[in-house]
Amino acid sequence: METLFYIFYIGLFVCCFLCLYRIGRGPSAPDRTVAIDILGIVIVGFCALLGLATKKDFYLNIALAWALLSFIGTIALAKFLEGRSFDD
Amino acid sequence: MTDIIGYILIVIGILFDIFGCIGLVRFPDIYNRLQASTKCVTLGTILLLVGVAIASGLGATSAKAIICAAFILITSPTAAHAIAKGAYASGVALWKKSVVDKYAEAKKD
Repeated sequence: METLFYIFYIGLFVCCFLCLYRIGRGPSAPDRTVAIDILGIVIVGFCALLGLATKKDFYLNIALAWALLSFIGTIALAKFLEGRSFDD
Repeated sequence: MTDIIGYILIVIGILFDIFGCIGLVRFPDIYNRLQASTKCVTLGTILLLVGVAIASGLGATSAKAIICAAFILITSPTAAHAIAKGAYASGVALWKKSVVDKYAEAKKD
């Protein structure tokens, strides 16, 4: 069972490093925004998997909070990309 | 038995995550990257969360995982739409082999 979870962790680490490659390399700002959004969603799944592996349910609280903050951050970055300020 | 169903769902979800991230790296254009990565990673993470909920049995973990899955199902397409609109408004050009641009045609009318 330990080995199975290590395989899951390696799969999600591959996802994280592909997203980090796109954040570092991406030619324009929207590319980086997409990669940050995807990285947030992958980390939500990672927290859920940790909660299953360690039988502790506070990891799911972290996952919920991370999903909320990632969504708000992405919306703010998209509004900034569109060239609008925060109050219109 | 429920353990095995949950782990199968988790494996499928992680495979979808990896395919989506490969699409994020390999595609040529911001719009193609959005198209590939957002859908695949949303589906993969929802499958992963449902698999966690099934494998852990009834309890606080499964309830929070289902709430998290519903939240991601609502917010992720919204965020992708906002990013696409922002990218178009900030002047990122389409890939040179793209054949149609309906948004420009709709704006011209």
